[in-house]
Amino acid sequence: MSSTQTVSLSVNGEDISRAIEPRRNLVDFLREDLQLTGTHVGCEHGVCGACTLRVNGEIVRGCLMLAVQADGAKVETIEGVSDSGEIADLQEEFHKRNALQCGFCTPGMLLAAADLLKSNPDAGRDQIREYISGNYCRCTGYQAIVDAIEAVVRKRGEQSS
Amino acid sequence: MTEKSPLTVLDRPNSFIGKSIRRSGAKRLLEGCGTYVDDITLPRMVHVAFCRCPFAHAKIGAIDSEAAQATSGVIRVVTGRQLAEYCTPWIGVLTHLQGLKSAPQHAIAVDRACWQGEAVAAVVAETRSQAEDAVELIDIDYQELPIVVDMETALEDATPVIHPDLGDNLCFQREVDIGEVDKAFADAHCVVEETFNFGRHTGVCLETRAIIADYNPAEQHLTVYLSAQAPHMMKNLYAKHFGLNEDNIRVVCKDVGGSFGIKVHTYPDEMAAAALSIMLKRPVKFIADRLESFVTDIHARDHRVKARMAVSKEGKFTAIDMDDLTGIGPYSVYPRTSGIEANQVVNLTGGTYMIENYRARTRVVFTNKNGMCQYRAVGHPIACAVSEGLVDAAARALDMDPVDLRRRNLIPDDAYPYTYATGLVFEQLSHHQCLDKILEMMDYDGLRREQAEYRDKGVYRGIGFASMIEVTNPSPAFYGVGGAFISSQEGCTMRLDHTGGITCTVGVTEQGQGSDAVVAQVAATAVGVPMETVRVISGDTDVVPYGGGTWASRAAGIGGEAALRAGKALRENILEIAGIILQADPAALDIRDGAVVDAVDGTERMPLSEFGRIVYFRGDTLPKGVQPELVVTRHYVPKAFPFAFTNGFEAFHVEVDVDTGFLKLLKCWVVDDCGTIINPMLVDEQIRGGVVQGIGGALYEECLYDGQGQFLNANMADYLVPMAAEMPDIEVGHVETPTQDSELGAKGVGEAGTTGAPAAIMNAINDAIQPFGKHISDMPFTPERILKALGKV
Repeated sequence: MSSTQTVSLSVNGEDISRAIEPRRNLVDFLREDLQLTGTHVGCEHGVCGACTLRVNGEIVRGCLMLAVQADGAKVETIEGVSDSGEIADLQEEFHKRNALQCGFCTPGMLLAAADLLKSNPDAGRDQIREYISGNYCRCTGYQAIVDAIEAVVRKRGEQSS
Repeated sequence: MTEKSPLTVLDRPNSFIGKSIRRSGAKRLLEGCGTYVDDITLPRMVHVAFCRCPFAHAKIGAIDSEAAQATSGVIRVVTGRQLAEYCTPWIGVLTHLQGLKSAPQHAIAVDRACWQGEAVAAVVAETRSQAEDAVELIDIDYQELPIVVDMETALEDATPVIHPDLGDNLCFQREVDIGEVDKAFADAHCVVEETFNFGRHTGVCLETRAIIADYNPAEQHLTVYLSAQAPHMMKNLYAKHFGLNEDNIRVVCKDVGGSFGIKVHTYPDEMAAAALSIMLKRPVKFIADRLESFVTDIHARDHRVKARMAVSKEGKFTAIDMDDLTGIGPYSVYPRTSGIEANQVVNLTGGTYMIENYRARTRVVFTNKNGMCQYRAVGHPIACAVSEGLVDAAARALDMDPVDLRRRNLIPDDAYPYTYATGLVFEQLSHHQCLDKILEMMDYDGLRREQAEYRDKGVYRGIGFASMIEVTNPSPAFYGVGGAFISSQEGCTMRLDHTGGITCTVGVTEQGQGSDAVVAQVAATAVGVPMETVRVISGDTDVVPYGGGTWASRAAGIGGEAALRAGKALRENILEIAGIILQADPAALDIRDGAVVDAVDGTERMPLSEFGRIVYFRGDTLPKGVQPELVVTRHYVPKAFPFAFTNGFEAFHVEVDVDTGFLKLLKCWVVDDCGTIINPMLVDEQIRGGVVQGIGGALYEECLYDGQGQFLNANMADYLVPMAAEMPDIEVGHVETPTQDSELGAKGVGEAGTTGAPAAIMNAINDAIQPFGKHISDMPFTPERILKALGKV
């Protein structure tokens, strides 16, 4: 397990290069090697969605992808999309409706929601519920999350029309 | 009911009580800037992984750790016997649960492991992955022992006794027999009878249990970063079992990723991590992985209740007689014990109704499964489902509308204070108001008409109700009287800073429910400052006043009242000095929106920032002998009642596919009375989240064990929890009956949703399938069980 491999990638717009064990998964790499602790680890078997992050524009489970597989890729995390302001409207609606309690699922939930808004800007309530069904939330009961995403769908729709 | 004096702090100008103000602490979580335990890294920190017993019960023979010790990065392999020199065993008993017994439990098993998943050795290494690699290389000579997996036979003579020193597998038994139960049944017009099964389930906090223990040998000082609910309680237990001076221990709970009662107990692996830090004299981190969470986080429910109810011709409930059995694993969990859930089932069953004859027995037995203990709404969903299931069975037997039947039996709103058969004292509840309100919200008559129309089309929809009571704001009667150092009081220290800002420290802890936010709202109101100038610090035993933390829905009601009292005292101190500065009568002044004003017309006299400048930097301008005191501490402990009961109604509308057994939750309504509502948005979200956890227990969640005591679905893919797509919208309404025991009048709201959901769903399913003459009472109500009930499989 001592042999390392060098991985070079872009993380939130910064070029990063590190020598890591090939078995290191992407979320551990981000959290432990880069101290980007905003992405969380909830199950380590691809079910809960807490480690949802973006690789080359697509959302993935950070626990199911090895860091070496992200060599050359463009990785974005909650820290990156918060700093850029890309999901500020989502964060605002989540905050306004208390669509988070403990907050552990929230970064993953926000990235999943942002992905839905991109792929289906007119998503209705049922489609929202369906799309975030890969992200566990144990605190809220989901309704406020659905309300928040629905509100962003409406507001973005009003802006673009 | 006595009337409140007309003017309280709630009537202050610019009050924030009753407003849906956003949680300021949520912003960091939204941007990924929270600090959960695993986000913390300390210098020289090492990681521990545990070797866990693969058998439900086994003697631990030779432990060969040579290969593990030789693995790269490994610092130390430690067995239970080695660790026992640093951590004494504990016994989970409380003196007020008479007769409750348990055996000594070690942080790491010594000689014998009693459930699949119990830690038998620890590996400390530079990284978690190195520690896990080494765990795989530990070779243990296990000798399997006879096991107890079925609680129904745990007390039989032929069943092996798990702890021979205890004599039998009975942890706790309680019997009550009030009134003339036999006579009531003999005189009954009809008797309904049912056996209810409640699946064993667990909390599945999205952040798993987590600890970093940092022992400083030079000062013999232990700092523990913990994902937990009761930091002061843990500080006491660390001192007790590690032989440290309690004053030299600091417990810090930063952001907590969900708890729900799971994180208020003593966990052997966490105790081991802390003991290892003392042994190795360096910081040790333990983060449970999801698989070990399933086999070590406390489980709950797993009750079998046989119950019957006597009903008169007029539909009056005259008696309940029930027998409850629960299997809690091999040890009573420390320090709250595993007897509380069963005790609550006995206390609470039937408790919303006027029932004078009541007999109940509960038996809590040891089994070779993971431990069970208090999880959200302890015992409540069981008591509620038994009561409400019997009520609907009676409605079917009498061919009465279930709402009409409830109305005849609910304790009248003008009958308070009321003492229930089991001795519970209710200060003032509002069952009938809540029922009226929920019927209006759901358009009950309309739903019944729609149900009839759908039935004609072969679509089976059902409506189910649950009336509820919940234990909140617990007094020392809950744990303190039983000898545990679990505080029922809360304190709040409040400081006016020179900027005019207010800093509060409180003993209640934040895990997302919003306790910091409601304390801030109360503080801002009581002092008279804008919300954005209030900062709340919680979760650090070196900083906050002594308190119990967060459990049993106590943070808002008890912590809030402490904040209210501190805020009033601080305002008084500020106005006394302001009166001197302004040469005015302090009684003629007030503080509003961050400024000292004339009480009568609100004219601004001096902003608090100016007041702060004078007091903190120009004390020379104040008269001799005047010493401003701008830091105050006040406490509150409920005394008038053992608990401040809340009450409410929950209703579900469901559709059953009688061919597939699939259930669709169409809608849920809740009306809750938690007294004064500090923040309506946070209250509604507590209720919604609680309902969905209740839905989990009713429909999806079950820890399945096989006959060998192996936990079969101990992973997130196979253990199902509620997901967004299947959840209904939940409409929440309120009745407000403040408790007179505090000026704030707030009661708790964390348990309500979870309490009623299983009962209301069960009744809704049974209402839907009534045309088939069938009913169901085994949770979770899976499609398979629904089809079985319908006789289709």
